[in-house]
Amino acid sequence: MQRMKQTALDIYAWFERRLQLEGPVKEAVLHQVPRQTASWWYVFGSAAFTLLFLQIFTGILLALVYVPSAGHAWQSLNVLNHQIPLGWFLRALHGWGSNFMVAIVLIHMAQVFLFGAYKFPRELTWILGVFLLLMTLGMAFTGQVLRFDQDAYWGLGIGASIMSRVPWIGSGLVHLLLGGPIIAGATLSRFFALHVFVIPGTLLLFVFLHVWMVLKLGVNDWPMPGRVVRRATYMEEYHHLAHTDGIPFVPGAFWKDLVFSGAILAAVAVCAMVFGPFGPGGQPDPSIIQTVPKPDFFFLWIYTILSYLPPQMETPFLLIVPLLAIAILLALPLVAAEGEKSWYRRPVAVLVVSTVAVCFGVLTHLGTTTPWSPHMSAWSGDPLPVNRIHDATPLARQGAVVFQAKQCRNCHSVGGSGGERGPALDAVATRLTIDQMRFKVVTGGGNMPAYGKNLSPSEIEALVRFLETLHPANEPPAYDASRRTVEASQAADSAGEASSLRANEGSTP
Amino acid sequence: MSNAAYPANRQEKTSGVNPATTSGDARIVSRRWLLFKAAIALNGAVGLVLAVPIFRYLLAPWRKDASYESWVSLGALDEFPVGETRLANYKNPSADPWDGQTDNVACYVRREGPGEFKVFAINCAHLGCPVRWFPQSQLFMCPCHGGVYYADGSRASGPPERGLFTYNWKIVSDNLQIDAGQMPTLSNTAKLVTISTRPGDSKCSG
Repeated sequence: MQRMKQTALDIYAWFERRLQLEGPVKEAVLHQVPRQTASWWYVFGSAAFTLLFLQIFTGILLALVYVPSAGHAWQSLNVLNHQIPLGWFLRALHGWGSNFMVAIVLIHMAQVFLFGAYKFPRELTWILGVFLLLMTLGMAFTGQVLRFDQDAYWGLGIGASIMSRVPWIGSGLVHLLLGGPIIAGATLSRFFALHVFVIPGTLLLFVFLHVWMVLKLGVNDWPMPGRVVRRATYMEEYHHLAHTDGIPFVPGAFWKDLVFSGAILAAVAVCAMVFGPFGPGGQPDPSIIQTVPKPDFFFLWIYTILSYLPPQMETPFLLIVPLLAIAILLALPLVAAEGEKSWYRRPVAVLVVSTVAVCFGVLTHLGTTTPWSPHMSAWSGDPLPVNRIHDATPLARQGAVVFQAKQCRNCHSVGGSGGERGPALDAVATRLTIDQMRFKVVTGGGNMPAYGKNLSPSEIEALVRFLETLHPANEPPAYDASRRTVEASQAADSAGEASSLRANEGSTP
Repeated sequence: MSNAAYPANRQEKTSGVNPATTSGDARIVSRRWLLFKAAIALNGAVGLVLAVPIFRYLLAPWRKDASYESWVSLGALDEFPVGETRLANYKNPSADPWDGQTDNVACYVRREGPGEFKVFAINCAHLGCPVRWFPQSQLFMCPCHGGVYYADGSRASGPPERGLFTYNWKIVSDNLQIDAGQMPTLSNTAKLVTISTRPGDSKCSG
């Protein structure tokens, strides 16, 4: 026993003599950090680090089977899903690991921002962090492309369309992005190179520098109201704090990092096991147009913004706002390197984070329900509720047929089903008179196409007669008072003056 | 502190002591530094020379629009009845063997008269999603952000700034041919038209 221990020590000494890693490692793990930083709030960075290595590991395992060729990628993903034992699980781990990584990186960033950790002397750590966020998002997007299905194909189309809006060099940029004139084999090859070599390589280098600076500059002290950062005095104050009220990084603070990383890995594994891999969806054949392309979760908010922007604002927004946002993030630590760290003294910071979080949540939610998109099969797939046509006249029933057959239903819901692009029509007759409805159908307006050329007069008449029946039982349809007078006088012409007067008196809508 | 090692230079020169004896000597050091700088310059020059072909290689797809265009056939004229809009497929002219299905490009052919056609790109003018033709209501609808176009390709509603992209077409021995080859986007097809958001106003002559 004693001899074995001695042998092990000798072997260790043999390596240590050559590697000489003991000194720097000890220095890194035992350096003093302020006691309060041993907090559950400080675990997100290390969790992102762990997830990065999960992604690298699972990514390499997937690369053993995946074929980065436009002609075969989709089939190789299906082989992974269905033929290789547990191939689906590896794909699921990589996919869920990606979602968790983006989420954790965003949470880490919000935490660092709220804790003022970007201030002196950690400005460069933040700036590298901004690039790490961009690269993480870049990995998520290029990863979605490698899952070479319909969503990937049309997602690339959206990317190319955005690129094409750049003035003067748009066309060249599109070709550079796609590797040629169209989305094809060259496109997948270059996205594979980006996803597997270019971005991960840069990412690893930046992560190394990021962590290096965390070790060299120390973990950010817990923000206290009134403890103001000043360039002249901060370093001294920090070291004083770390040495008078500090603990060694390992194990004092590190055990929480370890627990959280383990928990996150377990959560990824559980999600992978329960929910399985993402796709692949339909095959990447652009001649199959029965598809509703949608980006992955973390890009849904962009998808939503693109549907709500006024058309003339889109190009400037797409080209200027992202650059502006990145510039603001990069400039933040340079502009606000000094001052209060505590969120109690930084109401604007708290407001910014909560506003961004609420916007992200709302836009993402809208992106999952896409109320702006026509429901492409509602006209044939969603029948009208029976009670809407049960007592209808033959003309109104004919109008109901027009309503379904002319795809009105794709944008307008009745009885809770159908598109949400236009308003629900359950009570349309209480809002619009029959003339207003006729006018709206013929000329369109707002987001509605004009149907004047596409419907015959008899179809329009039947349609509005049907729409006229769409009102609650206890609420009469809207009625144009002047029309009532006209109709009354017409009735008078045919039935005589006395009866016409009676009709006028008794008719209040 | 900073003049501990190398920049002791000036002192020794002025002192006039025989220099070539110690390793910290100014002349030896400056010769080494000269060689070091020369080596850096050499690498810089080689790097610059290498950068030219590397950039040329990287920018290979960056070609002018015209070099990506060629005439492809969509089929015989009889396949497209007058007054109707039909989905047609063609194989992209600049195909590679490893492109798989991505070479199958679709477009809409509307035959307005016996010798009169309009060929629309499948891609929505907003963000390139595939629009779908609904013959009953004579509308193209986009599933992504709800862009809608009339039968003649002009913008009806939704976020697109303009009507559908169109291909140039010609008839060669009873075959309909179009000028295809690159993904239609605002940067290539659109520059030929004036963008208008009024319905029925966008003339896109591809």
